[in-house]
Amino acid sequence: MSRLWSFLTATRGRDRLHWTDWVSYGYLIFGVLLMFGPVVWLVLSSFKSPNELDRFPPRFLPYAQETLEIEGFDSPLLAFIVTEGELTGEVVGQTRRAAGRAEVVLPADPETRIRIPANTLAPIEDVAFATENYTSLFERFNFLQFFWNSTFITVMATALMLLVNSMAAFVLSKYEFRGRTAVLLLVIGTLMIPQTVVLVPLFLIVTEMGMFNSLWGVIIPGAATPTGVFLLRQYMITIPDEILDAARMDKASEWKIFWRIIVPLSAPAIAVLAILAIMWRWNDFLWPLIVLTRTENFTLQLALNSFQGELQTDWPSLLAMTVLTLLPIACVFMFLQKYIATGIASTGGK
Amino acid sequence: MARVELKNVKKSYGVAEVIKGIDLDIAHGEFCVFVGPSGCGKSTLLRMISGLEPITGGDIRIGDEVVNRVPAADRGLAMVFQSYALYPHMSVRQNLSFGLENINTPRAEIERKVGEVAKMLQIDMLLDRRPKDLSGGQRQRVAIGRAVVREPKVFLFDEPLSNLDAELRVEMRGEIVALHRRLQNSMIYVTHDQVEAMTMADKIAVLRLGRLEQFGRPLDLYNRPDNLFVAGFIGSPKMNFIRGRVSESDRTVMELETDERLTLPENGFAQQPGEAVTLGIRPNQLRAGEDGPIALEVATIEQLGGDSYLYGKLRNGTGITLHLAGQTSVRIGEVIAITPEIEAVHLFDSETERSLRLS
Repeated sequence: MSRLWSFLTATRGRDRLHWTDWVSYGYLIFGVLLMFGPVVWLVLSSFKSPNELDRFPPRFLPYAQETLEIEGFDSPLLAFIVTEGELTGEVVGQTRRAAGRAEVVLPADPETRIRIPANTLAPIEDVAFATENYTSLFERFNFLQFFWNSTFITVMATALMLLVNSMAAFVLSKYEFRGRTAVLLLVIGTLMIPQTVVLVPLFLIVTEMGMFNSLWGVIIPGAATPTGVFLLRQYMITIPDEILDAARMDKASEWKIFWRIIVPLSAPAIAVLAILAIMWRWNDFLWPLIVLTRTENFTLQLALNSFQGELQTDWPSLLAMTVLTLLPIACVFMFLQKYIATGIASTGGK
Repeated sequence: MARVELKNVKKSYGVAEVIKGIDLDIAHGEFCVFVGPSGCGKSTLLRMISGLEPITGGDIRIGDEVVNRVPAADRGLAMVFQSYALYPHMSVRQNLSFGLENINTPRAEIERKVGEVAKMLQIDMLLDRRPKDLSGGQRQRVAIGRAVVREPKVFLFDEPLSNLDAELRVEMRGEIVALHRRLQNSMIYVTHDQVEAMTMADKIAVLRLGRLEQFGRPLDLYNRPDNLFVAGFIGSPKMNFIRGRVSESDRTVMELETDERLTLPENGFAQQPGEAVTLGIRPNQLRAGEDGPIALEVATIEQLGGDSYLYGKLRNGTGITLHLAGQTSVRIGEVIAITPEIEAVHLFDSETERSLRLS
């Protein structure tokens, strides 16, 4: 903890702040605001009630008006403080409001109803988190089903992609065969074709194979990616051939060489690819939107989209679900981000 | 019995022929060294024997079986690689046991064998370390251990000592020889260092450009080299070569390019009058003195205390090395007279480069 603190407060100047300290801290704080501002805004907004969301100008923290339990009234009354007139400074409960006039009662004297101009009343507000935005996700919508669909697609697709890509990369990096370069060029060449171009043919194939409206229809078309094959191949090339020869002399089958030698030694590159794949799959929208049309198959991204109607948008649910959708991917990234740098930088070898 | 026999073995990559037909016969239990300059095909030949490199012609027999089509794993060989090729993600113990696991050796058996080998190679306290935490010499031992633990019929070593420092190299050299003596297996060892070859081998195969130049015992190669290449390659410092022509009138007289004359042995060599010949003489078999048939201008002197080396030039510029026991009073720039010991002379045909020795 103290190390973290000394890291965060490191300065160039010994006693006073050097001008570079001002510049770098200013720059860093600006960056933090730029990156985290929207996220913080999203999280705070997800705790706001619908009224508060509609309020203009918006306020940073979620507020809710306080209420008063007053004898003789079935439901709690909205609490106000009076700003003008005889009752200035008194806390009152509002019973009715119409045509610029409000009917209020004093908590001490619930029998007497007083009529005063509505513009002399200021609402008493406090910071309050509208957690019902979240609970209603589970009550009103099948959030867990969407979450499961997204998780299933992400996990299966990532596992399948790592397997297919690493096997292809192994062959393309470590076996000599006629047409190897041609195959590699073909694989890389597909990078030049935008996904939108193949969307329709891909859809037809998926439908023909009976995978329409099935999670597998989302998973399988992306099981092999040219970037993944290329990334892993470049990494596997750096594994010395002598190690493979040694394994062959050790009577290891080619399959065993792949699992026991190649895969563990390519772990940093595989980790990078796994992170990229998880983020891509979790956030993928277009392809699931095309393949999945039934609500019970929706991923989180599709469910989020369905909150946004043509006439009306369910902002509280949308914001709350956005936060819940962000959380897993943020966790994955936090735990695995160190592999991104090391995986790309390290070249293996002895 | 693990006799290794090569019959007219060839290898080509496309049109480039890198092994041009090699015949070799390595008896069981022999320590055979392949030596040659880099690019001579010695490592390729070793990989062909191991099965890692397919052959394009000829036959390889191990024991009495032709193994041309037998995959590397099934030839009963073990190999130690130049870069050690240890599995970096496995501990030393796992490195040693990987090969045994692959042939489904029972767990207890693996433990026992790994323990034995580790003890023998003095790596038993390193078993739980990773290769990256070991020194070069320790890695080398682990690599050897990985080969030994599988009890192969034949060991193959591919320049195993070239990554070690000089002192460690000498030490490991001794250990490999001791290992050979203890295991009594056949070993094939590739090196470019002729000192390694001379000190370790039962038999040396000298290779050049994919051809076998000579195959024989170290001292036979030293004493009776078949050709100029072997004569120049084996022995340190290198043999001196002096070019000239046998006199038309007397086959025991050699006329040098410098117009000097040397006496040739009358018997033992098949030199013909008028033939262009190259005379070879090792640096320690040249005598220096006041008078002698050849003049040498001394350019450099190395005094090692116990020995002295003189480097000089003949009148036509041919470089000559001279070894003298003890210390010398010769100065740089001095011209001295040298005499080859006539019984130590080697004679080669200048054109074919083959020895003229009558066997």
